[in-house]
Amino acid sequence: MLLTIPALALIAVSFATRGSYGEIQWIFTWENYERLMGYGLFGWSPDYLWILLRSLVVAAVTTTACIALAFPLAFFIARQPKKKRYLWLILVIIPFWTNLVIRTYAWQLVLSPDLPIAQFAARLNIIPQGSPLYPSSFAVYMGMISAFLPFVVLPLYSSVEKLDWTLVEAAYDLYSSKKRIFLQAILPQTLPGLSVGAILTFVPAMGMFLVPDLLGGAKYMLVGNLIQQQFGKSRDWPFGAAVSLALMALTLIGLFVFRRKGEDMEVV
Amino acid sequence: MKKFDKPVLMPLCALGTIAFLYVPLIAVASFSVNNSRFGLTWEGFTWKWYAALFHNEQILEACWNTLFLAGVSTAIATVVGTALAIGMSRFPWGKKTASFFEFNLYMPVITPEIVFAGALVIAFATLRYFSSIFEPGMVNMIIGHVTFQVAFVALVVRSRLASFNNEIEEASRDLYASNGYTLRKVILPMLTPGIVSGAMLAFTLSLDDFIISFFTAGPTSVTLPLYIFAEVHRGITPKIHALSTVGLLLTICLVVASEKMSNKSKEKESSHA
Repeated sequence: MLLTIPALALIAVSFATRGSYGEIQWIFTWENYERLMGYGLFGWSPDYLWILLRSLVVAAVTTTACIALAFPLAFFIARQPKKKRYLWLILVIIPFWTNLVIRTYAWQLVLSPDLPIAQFAARLNIIPQGSPLYPSSFAVYMGMISAFLPFVVLPLYSSVEKLDWTLVEAAYDLYSSKKRIFLQAILPQTLPGLSVGAILTFVPAMGMFLVPDLLGGAKYMLVGNLIQQQFGKSRDWPFGAAVSLALMALTLIGLFVFRRKGEDMEVV
Repeated sequence: MKKFDKPVLMPLCALGTIAFLYVPLIAVASFSVNNSRFGLTWEGFTWKWYAALFHNEQILEACWNTLFLAGVSTAIATVVGTALAIGMSRFPWGKKTASFFEFNLYMPVITPEIVFAGALVIAFATLRYFSSIFEPGMVNMIIGHVTFQVAFVALVVRSRLASFNNEIEEASRDLYASNGYTLRKVILPMLTPGIVSGAMLAFTLSLDDFIISFFTAGPTSVTLPLYIFAEVHRGITPKIHALSTVGLLLTICLVVASEKMSNKSKEKESSHA
């Protein structure tokens, strides 16, 4: 019950009206959703839709990038001698348990103007001399990917560890191409771990507030920041609730699409 | 049989990825012993930022808050979560109720945390009409943390519960053990590993949590992540690097210790088998 009541309250409030002092007035309205779709006092503007779309893209790209980086790492760890494996695993687990606030602001430090990465970018004339690489979309992606990478590596590793290499060898003996070996002998076997990792990344990435807040700046707002703003500074809870529900809906759709795709792959 | 090609690209990618994870952490650690107050030029080695930590009352209070919050909420969540797991699987619920419970249990796992935090804000605001305990602050934070921890504890305990069958329980009932006696002497001892790992998970989740705390905290209940976040917004200082490095070192100790423990218990189990 503890879990259901807040959810129901959220749905109820999203249809309520904001009073002039930020209090909730229980008058039924669609206004909050209309605002989200972009119909405001000043005509139609796609700002909020852009934020939603951007969050979706960021979450999807982050998930994909994490998977791409996690595969070599998981295989690398799985093929180490047994004693060394724990050492490598611990290396992945440590950032996993390190507080996200620390890991995120650490990127601010890494991308600051006095350090080599920003200086290199300045040399290439991407950014003006002496300015940091954040806030930028690049910084957000760096922060997001490093935040979620362990979430993919660990479940993927547990799948890779159990991998039946005889199948791979059989495929080799039958002269199948490397691509086919990967797609048909390796990928299906690692799907369970892969899907767990992808869900663990995609869901929190959709609502991420910390990383864009510290590394993205005001121009690179994601849904998480929008919700936080409504509940914090603006005190517009009904609108915040509406945005939250939209985010949930998007997340569920994303998960659903992902699951369908996963099933398709298994059929192949 | 054809041997696999010796892979070259893969270890390179793997090492690169590890480096990618560690560069920021190493940067923080190295600037925490830098002697310069502002800027990032190297001006010699110093421990003074660490010494400053122990004289900063705000930080000490934040430490205490964090531990208190994690301890209390874990204790509550472990009891409630275990009860929930046992109740869900041992009571003959109707099919619909069971799937309703199931759905609720997975909700916090698949809901973006910020949605959950927003919902809590509204729920507490509503409750505030009835009682003033629900002003933003420690009580709210504990309730908020318990809410998401319960689901994780219940999930872990339930998977342990599913791993052994009902026979032992039935045997104890056949021997006329009361329900309470069966629970105390049969079910709980068998569940202990599950309960312990569930509690550990809950504890670390609470220590790590930022979003729920951020939405429910009051001025007197700042936790370490909140403190760091606020400080970073004011500008990064070596003090924060030192604090983060201490946090990082603690994490490393915890991870290594828990890995050692789980390795040992694995060895034990395999030697029994």
